[in-house]
Amino acid sequence: MTAVNIKALPRKKYVMPGNAACPGCPETMGFRYLGMALGDKAVTVIPAGCSSVIQGLWPRQGWGLPVLNIVFAAGAAAASGLSRALKRRGIEAQVVVWAGDGGTADIGLQALSGAAERGENIIYICVDNEAYMNTGIQRSGLTPHGAWTTTTHSGNPGRKKPLPQIIAAHKVPYVATASIGYPWDFIAKLRKAAAIKGFKYIHLHAPCPVGWRFDPSLTHKIAQLAVETGAWILYEYENGRLKLNPPSNRLLDPRKRKPLEEYLKLQGRFRNLQPKDLEILQAEVNENWAEIEAILKAQEKH
Amino acid sequence: MASMAKPGHVGGEAEKTAVIPLRGNEAVAYAAKLARVQVVAAYPITPQTIIVEKIDELISKGEMDAEMIYVESEHSALSAAYGAAIGGVRAFTATSSHGLAYMYEVLWWTAASRMPLVMALVTRAIGPPWNIHVEHADLMSTRDTGWLIAMAENNQEALDLTLLMFRITEDPRVYLPGIVGLDGFILSHTVEPVEVPSQELVDELLPARRQPYVIEPGKPIAMGNIMPDEIFEQHRMDMHVSQRASIEAIREAGKAYLELTGRDYTSLVECYKCSDADYLVVGVGSWMGDAKIAADMLREKNVKTGVLRLRWIRPFPWDELRKAAEGASVVVVMDRSISFGHAGPLYLEVASSLTQDIPVVGVVAGVGGVDISYEDIARITKHAIKTVEDTGTKRIPVLWYHKGSFYPMPPGPLRQREPPITANPLL
Repeated sequence: MTAVNIKALPRKKYVMPGNAACPGCPETMGFRYLGMALGDKAVTVIPAGCSSVIQGLWPRQGWGLPVLNIVFAAGAAAASGLSRALKRRGIEAQVVVWAGDGGTADIGLQALSGAAERGENIIYICVDNEAYMNTGIQRSGLTPHGAWTTTTHSGNPGRKKPLPQIIAAHKVPYVATASIGYPWDFIAKLRKAAAIKGFKYIHLHAPCPVGWRFDPSLTHKIAQLAVETGAWILYEYENGRLKLNPPSNRLLDPRKRKPLEEYLKLQGRFRNLQPKDLEILQAEVNENWAEIEAILKAQEKH
Repeated sequence: MASMAKPGHVGGEAEKTAVIPLRGNEAVAYAAKLARVQVVAAYPITPQTIIVEKIDELISKGEMDAEMIYVESEHSALSAAYGAAIGGVRAFTATSSHGLAYMYEVLWWTAASRMPLVMALVTRAIGPPWNIHVEHADLMSTRDTGWLIAMAENNQEALDLTLLMFRITEDPRVYLPGIVGLDGFILSHTVEPVEVPSQELVDELLPARRQPYVIEPGKPIAMGNIMPDEIFEQHRMDMHVSQRASIEAIREAGKAYLELTGRDYTSLVECYKCSDADYLVVGVGSWMGDAKIAADMLREKNVKTGVLRLRWIRPFPWDELRKAAEGASVVVVMDRSISFGHAGPLYLEVASSLTQDIPVVGVVAGVGGVDISYEDIARITKHAIKTVEDTGTKRIPVLWYHKGSFYPMPPGPLRQREPPITANPLL
């Protein structure tokens, strides 16, 4: 991946001061990187979620890119139509869906799968804060096991859906994971995606201070800890070929990963985690890595 | 159903029109092509499917320059068509029944975005039990969304109204999306001779697309972020004003179309022998063709009946309705759906719009595709007149006509007997 030169990044602000985000919000961080990566070519489609509200009250607008707000389930579909229209009008544009985990993994999954299968020329970004934060921290299909939310008071019994793999199984040209803790990686992936024709999916891990119950100054650190402990893995599928990205590429060996507790203990949502839940979470992490390892090994043979 | 076009006869300039036998759905597909629609997103549902199939065929043969988005649901169909419209091109979709119900929230989103877009709605009952036949429950459920709503009586109107709808929805006084309704199977799958205007003629009718704004790169505008409630309310008031303003736009578009084709859409209604009518039958859709035959039959027996067919449901044609009701002694409103617990939706609209203090009888019939002939309509009209004369009642919300009998439904003192409960032959 081409390295991102900090000096060459645009100075233009794509997130306006005075927006309605909470302190320490990962979405404003992510949107800023999105603007830096794609610049004025980008047009965003935003289904219902925190990012609908962060824009602020009309006539003010906190996002510095064109925004089509759209109903919860329709992000990928509305973006499909918009992308086709701009193409027909001969306008060079990068249509980006900027959706939360609910709008992506739950209510919007059908439209997302349809757009992926059709090969729509869009970038779909799932900003994953692992619950319905906008409506007040209710669990989603991407909430980790054991996590407290306002609808899982005794811990989420489910398991986080492997969404990047689900999209990768659609055999689209580009699928990547990213993290708020690694802006260069995210920006580079956005730029790579923008250069590819067809359907691109980037899953951005976005720790939420309000919903995860941690100090707003720790967003970046917790995002990094998720990667360093192996709970969140940075990788990309380019034309179906999997590749680990730094620093995850150094963490195949479990001994190099930080203990999972270091990531969990800073978050109030895991305060009442039972030992058996910790075991389940650790087993999930091990399983996810084992899968990655198996795919990488299988690729070596081909 | 009575076709306006007859083979061999053309209204406008003969060389500019071709008379082709077309099913209603095909007529709509040709209209989308002639309107130079650039993006179509639709999901198949009986009885709408032929529209999607025909458009895809026209695109595949190179006869239509458009993109089809093969969406996975109706929710995505309207969302994708909306996305295309907001991106600056003419967009189209079509659906029926459950499909409409599934895309319902997007209807609201499209209208309040003030985004011109045209949808064909092939009317069909909503289950359960499964039923693919004609009913107006789906069409009537769209009345509050802000869309313009027109309803065709025949295949010619299905084509003409689709073309006109593009012009009207893209009129800056309007800037709202529009639905063109056509009855499932009765029109959608039935062949009639249809005058298909030439491309040159349609190009004269339809100027280049106009829309209030476009979402495109480099212009950081936002559509739909939160507004203060007072501004939100003003915005809704503006939609209402635009619905009213669309009446002028409809009349003007009708005038332009009359000059181009010789077919008259200058009025929001069709008045059939209503100027001297004592009794007025009001309704929408294909069965109003049968109502006209019923009126002729009744007139032979000195029951001076006229038919007021509402071509437009939104905007609602108050003026035309009040004018047509002048001199009438009974108004019979025929509904092909019911608002359970109250009355037929069209009855409610008509009864609340009339300024005259005349009896209005609501008759619900043909629900779930039950066949209603012109003889049925004549019988319904006579029964409604007699009920008013016998009881002196001014407002009769529901006389449900079922298998040749009338069932006065609550509320009110008119309840005479229970509706039939059919015994299950298997039990």
